[in-house]
Amino acid sequence: MSSYIATQIVNGIILGSMYALVAIGFSMIYGIVRLINFAHGDIVMIGAFATLAFGALLGLPFPLVVVLVVLAGAVVGLLVERLAFRPMRGAPQVTGFIASLAVSILIENLGLMTVTAQPRNFLVPDYLQHIVHLGGLTLRVVDLAIVAVSILLMALLVLFVRYTKLGIAMRATAENLDVARLMGIRINRTIALAFAIGSGLAAAGGMMWGSKYGQIDPLMGFVPGLKSFVAAVIGGVGSVPGAVLGGYLLGLGEVLFVGLLPPEYSGFRNAFVFGTLILILLVLPNGLLGRSEEERA
Amino acid sequence: MIPLAGSLRLPLLAALGALFVWLLESLLDPYALSVAMFVGINIILAVSLNITNGFTGLFSLGHPGFMAVGGYVTALLTMLPARKGLMLPDLPSWLAGLHWGFLPALLAGGLCAVLVAVVVGFPVLRLRGHYLAVATLGFIIIVQTLLINLVGLTRGARGLNGLSPLTGPWWVYGWVVVTIYTCWTIKHASLGRAMLAIRENEMAAHCLGVNVTRVRLLAFVLGAFFAGIAGGLWAHLVTLVTPTSFSIVMSFMLVAMVVIGGSGSITGAVIAAAALPLASEAVRPIEEGLGLYGLSQVLVALGVLLILIYRPQGLFGTSEPRFLESRPAALAHPREKPDTLTEKGGIR
Amino acid sequence: MLEVRDIDVYRGETHVLHGLELGVRPGEIVALIGANGAGKTTALRTISGLLRSRRGSIGFRPDPERPWTDITRLPAEEIVGLGISHCPEGRQIFGNLTVRENLMLGAFLRQDAASVRRDAGELCRLFPVLAERAGQLGTRLSGGEQMMLAIARALMSRPKLLLLDEPSLGLAPRLIEQVFETLERIRAEGTTVLLVEQNAAQALAIADRAYVMESGSITLSGTGAELAGNEQVRRAYMGAA
Repeated sequence: MSSYIATQIVNGIILGSMYALVAIGFSMIYGIVRLINFAHGDIVMIGAFATLAFGALLGLPFPLVVVLVVLAGAVVGLLVERLAFRPMRGAPQVTGFIASLAVSILIENLGLMTVTAQPRNFLVPDYLQHIVHLGGLTLRVVDLAIVAVSILLMALLVLFVRYTKLGIAMRATAENLDVARLMGIRINRTIALAFAIGSGLAAAGGMMWGSKYGQIDPLMGFVPGLKSFVAAVIGGVGSVPGAVLGGYLLGLGEVLFVGLLPPEYSGFRNAFVFGTLILILLVLPNGLLGRSEEERA
Repeated sequence: MIPLAGSLRLPLLAALGALFVWLLESLLDPYALSVAMFVGINIILAVSLNITNGFTGLFSLGHPGFMAVGGYVTALLTMLPARKGLMLPDLPSWLAGLHWGFLPALLAGGLCAVLVAVVVGFPVLRLRGHYLAVATLGFIIIVQTLLINLVGLTRGARGLNGLSPLTGPWWVYGWVVVTIYTCWTIKHASLGRAMLAIRENEMAAHCLGVNVTRVRLLAFVLGAFFAGIAGGLWAHLVTLVTPTSFSIVMSFMLVAMVVIGGSGSITGAVIAAAALPLASEAVRPIEEGLGLYGLSQVLVALGVLLILIYRPQGLFGTSEPRFLESRPAALAHPREKPDTLTEKGGIR
Repeated sequence: MLEVRDIDVYRGETHVLHGLELGVRPGEIVALIGANGAGKTTALRTISGLLRSRRGSIGFRPDPERPWTDITRLPAEEIVGLGISHCPEGRQIFGNLTVRENLMLGAFLRQDAASVRRDAGELCRLFPVLAERAGQLGTRLSGGEQMMLAIARALMSRPKLLLLDEPSLGLAPRLIEQVFETLERIRAEGTTVLLVEQNAAQALAIADRAYVMESGSITLSGTGAELAGNEQVRRAYMGAA
């Protein structure tokens, strides 16, 4: 019985790593433009399809595929910023929200038009399919890879945001756009960079998502998008460590929910996720690691 | 105060509308007539959504959820008990035995939507801005999940099919008139002004004595009622309801109508509600001919983006055309509202 | 050094600055005084590039040897690079960043890492409290300490012209004195200052020249001493009997 629980926890960690990776990007973008990026989930989708295109279709070596996928995500993120978010700067929050939603619908339907709604099989390279036995648990190499790569990318990001000049400039821009300009920081570039990095991470997440679920389609982005939002809210939007924490909590929570409750309830997993979201928004709107900021006069 | 001269105008318009419907009924083939009825239902949805989103500024994406409630309830009530016995053997007997006429079933659907709106509204309306929007999105997902999983009540993912095609052009027209009349009256009454005040500046409205919580709930519930009615009409037009009938895609279309027509303008909502489905119909042959499914959505999304960038108040803003007003509306164009929310920004 | 000619600035529909004209010469402290809402902050924000004027021109010449640069249409990010540093109203330090990071950002455009560090050291000597709290987050600082940080941050870019918006706002009298002493030291070290202040008495005491602003334009100008002695000014802004 305890190995069942252990398996569930491990599954939760694997799932949580993916959620955390996508949530970080979402949180970064929210922190800097204070708008929900609906297209974030769709960039996960693009990452998954890009992996298929570069890996299976073009047959490129795996490390190159990873780089290209992240770049593809970054490019799409930059486009989204330029087309939907920059024109909305200064507009009321709800206007930005609608624009964000519109971009998401745009990307999804462009996807439908180009690759059709037919789900495609996501092919994981053979050497990643090996089974590994760790302490009584059975895992695929790809699952370990997901956790390892996620943690690596997240660590790199935290280091970047904390210690590099650009990262500090990004945090400053997120806090106070005008004063950041007074430091000489080019905010257009800084915001674009945040989008590029966040979207690149999301695309990497898409690669992992595809390998985990095996099938991809143009509309698959909705679930990762909303789940990353929930994870970010749980941890506190705008907080990078918060997004990580939220991602893991959500992953574990979801797996345990499905694993521990009788099977009739497993269909309710999405309702559970959303119920959690609404609860958190009501009870703890700043999330676990978020800090309440005084509104400046 | 209802405009005095308007007391002649509205019945006149209603009569003209009736004439128009009679013409449509006589001249159009069944398919085109059903498209016209879809337009009518869209008008009901857009105009009622305008109360919630447009007037009061409550950004709710939840309309389809209320449509689902209304649709399913109406369907369950109009279905013959014998069929219910076959399709839904686990239905509680009091429900299985009911067989109502269309009007009471619709009203019941609307009222159930109202009940759900009250229950959901209390917690959810505490949120503001885009958090409210996401919470209402969550509401749709939760409704869909419940519909899929409460198989005894709803037949799960298969939905309820073979519903009697009770929706006719006069039913739709009747409800369109009711909806427009109700919304028009509200807009020009003090309740409407309270709603607009809340949209512009909630704190100021509160200081002026507007019971903000009550008005917001009222706006939410009113929208839900008409959404429920629309859901019932829809169900009996398509003769089918499934958990995915009323989805986020529909949410977006409805929001697009409000945005394009103008948040707060009834006329704008009507025009956009008519234009969008018709435009989609026009694009359909291209979609099917070239195999480009999704093209109409792409075009709608682009349209919304363009409007948001170049004319954010929509085609009509908050106003109605002058010849319909005996007094100009309270606010002509909504100004850019500053973010009065305590936004927690920053990357940490 | 700075020439503002005939500036018209609108905030939304409201016409805030009407044909504003003022000038600053190198090495001076120029004070801009006036009541709340006169447009003083808007004036500074226009000079630093956060706002844009519809008419008129703003010229800047950090060095008498060099030609005038027209900065009217330049964005704020570029104006900083030219040698104007704006310490905005309400201090507005980055609360989520540490003191050290705030200072570092002040020197964002500078490439000379070694002298940046030296300057940071100098400023910490000028404001010892910053050294003590170097690793702490901005939100932990008191009002006065934040003011010190804001000024230090503005100085980190080694500006030729410092725009200072209401440094005394919300500070205890002792701290206000400290701030004004600091301003004199800044001037002594060669930085020109354009100071916006509601505290007219202190501002005029320290200023070489001053302008009085009302409803978006200049109504009086003169040396600090002249305006301090002026009857109208005394009655309106210094609470004299």
